[in-house]
Amino acid sequence: MREKVMRVVITFKNTSGAMAMEKFCKGKGVGGRLIPVPREITSGCGLAWSAEPGMKDDLIDMLKKCDIKYEHIYELEI
Amino acid sequence: MIYFDNAATSFHKPDSVAEAVYNAIKNMGNSGRGAHKASLESGRVIYATRELLAELFNVRDCSRIAFTANSTESLNAAIKGLLHSGDHVITTVLEHNSVLRPLYEMEAKGAELSIIQCNALGNIKIEDIEDKIKHNTKMVVCTHGSNLTGNLLNIERIGALCRKHNILFVVDASQTAGVFPIDVDRQNIDVLCFTGHKGLLGPQGTGGIYVREGINISPLKSGGSGILTYMKTQPASMPECLEAGTLNVHGIAGLHAGVSYILEHGIDYIRKKEQELMRQFYEGVGGISNIKIYGDFSTIERAAIVSLNIGEYDSAMVCDQLAEDYDICTRGGGHCAPLMHQALGTVEQGAVRFSFSHFNTCDEVDMGIRAIRELSAHQ
Repeated sequence: MREKVMRVVITFKNTSGAMAMEKFCKGKGVGGRLIPVPREITSGCGLAWSAEPGMKDDLIDMLKKCDIKYEHIYELEI
Repeated sequence: MIYFDNAATSFHKPDSVAEAVYNAIKNMGNSGRGAHKASLESGRVIYATRELLAELFNVRDCSRIAFTANSTESLNAAIKGLLHSGDHVITTVLEHNSVLRPLYEMEAKGAELSIIQCNALGNIKIEDIEDKIKHNTKMVVCTHGSNLTGNLLNIERIGALCRKHNILFVVDASQTAGVFPIDVDRQNIDVLCFTGHKGLLGPQGTGGIYVREGINISPLKSGGSGILTYMKTQPASMPECLEAGTLNVHGIAGLHAGVSYILEHGIDYIRKKEQELMRQFYEGVGGISNIKIYGDFSTIERAAIVSLNIGEYDSAMVCDQLAEDYDICTRGGGHCAPLMHQALGTVEQGAVRFSFSHFNTCDEVDMGIRAIRELSAHQ
């Protein structure tokens, strides 16, 4: 298995939220990708957004300015 | 891309399926809503699909098969339309949430629920079902094959048991229809719930329910039926009883092509190929240290599923790495089968599920084995 690295992981209330995040970030040219929700967060399945750790503040700013309803923002080694 | 997620939905479909959907969109109207050419064309393909499904499941009267959106809708219709407060129902820990959640809803409304446990390999004892039967037991509802382990339940024996005790037998054939023999007469199945987009090789949004003659399900939905316009209630006759609203004829035309392909090639050919691929994968990963495989592989008569974990790694992350680094599609995490995960002790870790289609190749399976070997070596 690959070495664990620090990532910013954003979770959403539902899959629509995760899809909206991907569309939004792709549209703005913001890096990151959808991943399965890591078990450190929940074992209940679903999608999360994973991004470089340095992007946390920018992502929080961006999310404040748009309609995407996220659940939590984590910094995790995954 | 290598696709090993066929237990979620089959990805490789015969070309005829896509062509049939295209043709239906271009040429077909609303079935049963008129006598013009476009409507009749639609009605004909729907009838022909009922006939094919009746042939596949040995149903004598094809009007006993109604179309639904998927197994979930069929199971909801059966469970909520047949059970009442005070009824007792028996199910197993192998079940998918499409069985469990409707049952929990009915339990909250006064039905009584018994859940049969399994052993470490994920098998139940049919005697345990009989032990649970009591005076108010109305139904046994169970899967034909676990979507997590691939283990089969012996539905012929359970069907015989239900017949002996005069109990309704409802079968979830999500993982088996189109691959394993299903004979509603021989197996004493009263209600068969199936989806179109897995083993039947049809489009998503198609599925169906067979209801034995003499059994009346209170419909989940009421609305347009194309007949008895001035009646205030949904017609009681099958299939209109369970088909309120416009049918998905475009999808059903694709399902017709999928089932035609299956009948042409034979389920024995399809099953044998799938099971060979499963066995190749199982034997290939079985010897790798730190791999744990779930389910009973003492028999080849199982759905073509191999669920595993690598050490204590998060299955979702293994699945993600298979997708990112190897372009291999599998399913990780939980599998909508919460009680099965509890029984296997995989609630936290989930499991990485490889599920095979007869369209997969031995080379693809070899690549899957190699990927697991590499991932397990770099820990």
